[in-house]
Formats: sequence, C-alpha cells, structure tokens
Amino acid sequence: MIDKALIGKTFPPYAVAAEKGRLRFFAKAIGETDPIFVDEVAARAAGYRSLPLPPTFLFTMEIDRPDPLAWFYEVGLDLPKVLHGEQSFTYYMQACAGDVLTFASRIVDVYDKKNGALDFIVKETRVTDQTGSHVADLRSVIVQRNR
Amino acid sequence: MGIDFASVKADQPLPELKLPPINRTTLALFAGASGDHNPIHIDIDFARKAGMDDVFAQGMLPMAYLGRLLTTWVSPQRLRGFSARFAGITHLGDELTCSGRIVEQIDHDGERNGERLGKFEIQVVNQSGEVKITGEALIAF
Repeated sequence: MIDKALIGKTFPPYAVAAEKGRLRFFAKAIGETDPIFVDEVAARAAGYRSLPLPPTFLFTMEIDRPDPLAWFYEVGLDLPKVLHGEQSFTYYMQACAGDVLTFASRIVDVYDKKNGALDFIVKETRVTDQTGSHVADLRSVIVQRNR
Repeated sequence: MGIDFASVKADQPLPELKLPPINRTTLALFAGASGDHNPIHIDIDFARKAGMDDVFAQGMLPMAYLGRLLTTWVSPQRLRGFSARFAGITHLGDELTCSGRIVEQIDHDGERNGERLGKFEIQVVNQSGEVKITGEALIAF
C-alpha cells in the first residue's frame, strides 16, 4: 500500500540540456530517418531553431540524471513489482537542440484497485525552458503489482 | 509531412508505420539512446532471474515508434498532446504496426488560443494483432 499522504509531494527541479548528438542517437535507435531530426540544415529549412525534439524525447531527458529511479525508492515502490502503466505528454512549445529544460515533478495521485492488489501512483512533471517558458507537461502512471 | 487534416473524415484510413522485427540490437540501442538502462530489457541473465523467459522491449520503444507515425502525419510542432496506455509487453521478434484514425474535430478550443484541433485514436499492434499500446493524439490543424 502506497501512502496517500504522498499526494502533493514535490521533487527538486532538475535541469538538462537537449544535445544534438543524443538526439541523433535517439533517432538512430528508433529508425527515424526524417532529416529534420538528424540534419540541422534540414531542421532550419523546415523552420526550427535546431533539431526538434521527437515527441517522446522529453521522457528521455526527464530520466537523464544520475539515479532516475531514486524517486521510486523515495515513495516506497518495489522495483521488481513495478510497471509503466501510462505515459502522456501535453505540448505547449516545440523544444529544440540547445534548449536547457528544467523538469519539476510532483505526485498528483495515489490509489489502489482490486482490494490493494494493484497500487497506482501518478507523477506529473512541468517542463520549462531556459527563458522560463512552459514547454510541456508529462504525466506518468506507475503500477505496482502487490500479489 | 503533408496531410490536410481539415479534410480528413472519421474512419478514413491514414498512413501506417510498419517496423522491422524487434531484436536484441534494437533493445540495446534504445536502452542507450533513451536512457532506460533497466537490465530487464538488455540482460537475459537478469531477465531470467526476474522470472521472465527472455528480455523484452522498453515500453517507451513502441511509444517512440508511435511518435514516428505522428511526425509522418504532421510536423512535430503541431502536436499538442500524446498519450499511451501500455497494454501488453513487446517481445523479441514482434513485428509492430502503428496506426490511427481521427475521432473528433475540436473547433476553437478556448484553452488553446482558438486552435482547431483533431483528436486521434492511435495504437500499436504486433503481427498477431495483439495490442501493445492504445493511445490518443491531439494535433493542431
């Protein structure tokens, strides 16, 4: 059982830069060949400041920290029992290579189903850029199977 | 990137994205590139100790493929929302297909500066039709 008192808990904001090399590696790993994601000239010609972030890359940046699973332990999740149930993104601005994004997360919900057999914890993350502009919101639903 | 979504009708088929079979190299590259270093996706010894028969794909891999589908439809800056429910594990050898259809046109969304938006149902299935992801995308026309 995850403590419902965790609802509202915030985590220290974390800043990370969107790097061109990492974006090209990500494109390669998912078989993305559209030149706007790998070739800065093509990206600029398409109206972007630099390589645009592909839709799920903000999740990669969110976990790009020394111990991305530290928050699991902090809220009492047991890693081998944990599943990524849902993930969503709401976009307000297009982030591009060179942006330095800050990820600020908080726990927004804790609930259980099937008489406690499944615990759910929902984390929302607000993403802002180097100018303070709101870039996106991320929402992760993590499921723990207790039996 | 050139679908005129303003003229797309409900249930009109949209281009799909078919992926090559998932192999161990796919998972190793995605582990490094995505930053998900959970050994259950790349180390068969660890996966077996955890009670699995073999390694299996990171959930964010098929979601990234869905993202590729969306950016073949529209340029990334027109995406307003993208959500996925992970419905099943993607295994080695799975041949995934990403697809979707428009379900609703939303005119003058007050929270979005009067933008005209399309709501799309999207999914990832394997070669047997097993659903791996069901999701939704919100696109500005």
